[in-house]
Amino acid sequence: MEWLDAIIQGILLGGLYALFATGLSLIFGVMRLVNIAHGDLIVLAAFLGLAMVNGTGVHPLLSLIVTVPVMAAIGYALQRGILNLTLGRDILPPLLVTFGLSIIIQNVLLEVFSADTQRLKAGALETASIAIGDQIAIGWFPLIVFLAALGVIAGLQLMLFRTRLGMAFRATSDDHRTAGLMGIDNRHVFALAMALALGVVALAGTFMAIRTNFSPAIGPARLLYAFEAVIIGGLGSLWGTLAGGVILGVAQAIGAKFHPGGQILAGHVAFLIVLVLRPNGLFPRTRDR
Amino acid sequence: MSAGPEAVLETQGLTASYGDFQALFGIDLHVRRGETVAIIGANGAGKSTFLRSVVGQLPSAREQVSFEGEPIGHLPAHEIVRRGIALVPEGRLLFPSLSVEENLRMGAYGRRAGPWGIGRVHELFPVLAERRATPGTALSGGEQQMCAIGRALMSNPVLLLCDELSLGLAPVIIRQIYAVLPTIVAEGTTVVVVEQDINQALAVADRVYCFQEGRVSLQGRPEDVSREDVTRAYFGV
Repeated sequence: MEWLDAIIQGILLGGLYALFATGLSLIFGVMRLVNIAHGDLIVLAAFLGLAMVNGTGVHPLLSLIVTVPVMAAIGYALQRGILNLTLGRDILPPLLVTFGLSIIIQNVLLEVFSADTQRLKAGALETASIAIGDQIAIGWFPLIVFLAALGVIAGLQLMLFRTRLGMAFRATSDDHRTAGLMGIDNRHVFALAMALALGVVALAGTFMAIRTNFSPAIGPARLLYAFEAVIIGGLGSLWGTLAGGVILGVAQAIGAKFHPGGQILAGHVAFLIVLVLRPNGLFPRTRDR
Repeated sequence: MSAGPEAVLETQGLTASYGDFQALFGIDLHVRRGETVAIIGANGAGKSTFLRSVVGQLPSAREQVSFEGEPIGHLPAHEIVRRGIALVPEGRLLFPSLSVEENLRMGAYGRRAGPWGIGRVHELFPVLAERRATPGTALSGGEQQMCAIGRALMSNPVLLLCDELSLGLAPVIIRQIYAVLPTIVAEGTTVVVVEQDINQALAVADRVYCFQEGRVSLQGRPEDVSREDVTRAYFGV
């Protein structure tokens, strides 16, 4: 029973990792951009939520009404103003620029909010749970996070395959020059993709801030989890990214059962095992042409 | 020779370069409304470069290209298609992640009002209706070319540019594809075809231009140019 509990908790934790990774997966899929600042943007969203909650006293989940659109707007401006200029045949400029961005965000957050660890308080929601039998309890909050991840990925999937914008994303991902011949402004389409990605980042950042302590320096570790989830799932596949997040979460939960310090290590080991056995991930969609 | 007010497309001294390599040296060319114009020339003569400059994939100066009397040389590709120029690119360049039908619908992204829609394109190329759910790149070469033409028509262009329609296709397929040109022209579309196949080009065109090393080496009506003229303009011998 203890093991079953660990696996369930791991699956639910995987929902959070999938939310970390979805934005990364989406923008890599649409524009082949690897965003090194992704983790720091998650932390930025967490601090935005903190400022909202401290400033107005609203519940952290209500703060999403503001932070999601604000992060989306930041994403659009960031892509139009900076990142579009770095895209080209060479993959190095976007890597270097987003790496620089990562350092800038960390230092600005350090300057404004100090190095203290913070936490978003969600009141009774933090401890509320549903008891199943004597030994298993499913927390409401982890369940909400997992369902949110399912909802976000299902929504993005529908958008990609059922809407005009989704078709434009896929066509631009295939060949942005030819997409231009169809009347698509790829700078605008890329910026919309980044806006969507950072909207999801706002969700991920707020959930993270309710679940764990955070400080300006923890971005790169979130980036690592996001990368691992994306690569386990296979590049360009959103459902694969969810599977990757879940595998990572379950591996960590099982690792923690063996040894208190084993949690993080077990996640990385699971990632390495997948990388060795299936270098393209479990459900790859993207093939470089 | 002035193009007059009925010119749909006019280029004046159009130049184009790939980095240090200059591919076009001052092309003066015009296309009148309703005309079918063929551009012929050997490999590397600058035909595709010319089309790519017109549609905005290669940069050119504002006044070097005008469309319906307005300068468009400075505009990016996505704005030019909205004004009414569509390109069937060399090599088809269908979107591999999109089905045949989605490829066609992509063509309607910058759509203008006009006669062409999914239904008309399916009438023109029934095979595209049969294979609507197939990935675009799973079609045969000829079917891909039909899909690429259909995709370009979906934007309801005033001017349709076709780059090497016959490239890599069997003669029977080439005839099938060229057989639809009159239907497209009958809708009032002005057509420019770039061809290496001289006979094919001369058969469909009202006027023909020959390019050689980035310059216009010959122009005229097919009935007014002799075989020797064409050969000399084509090969430079």
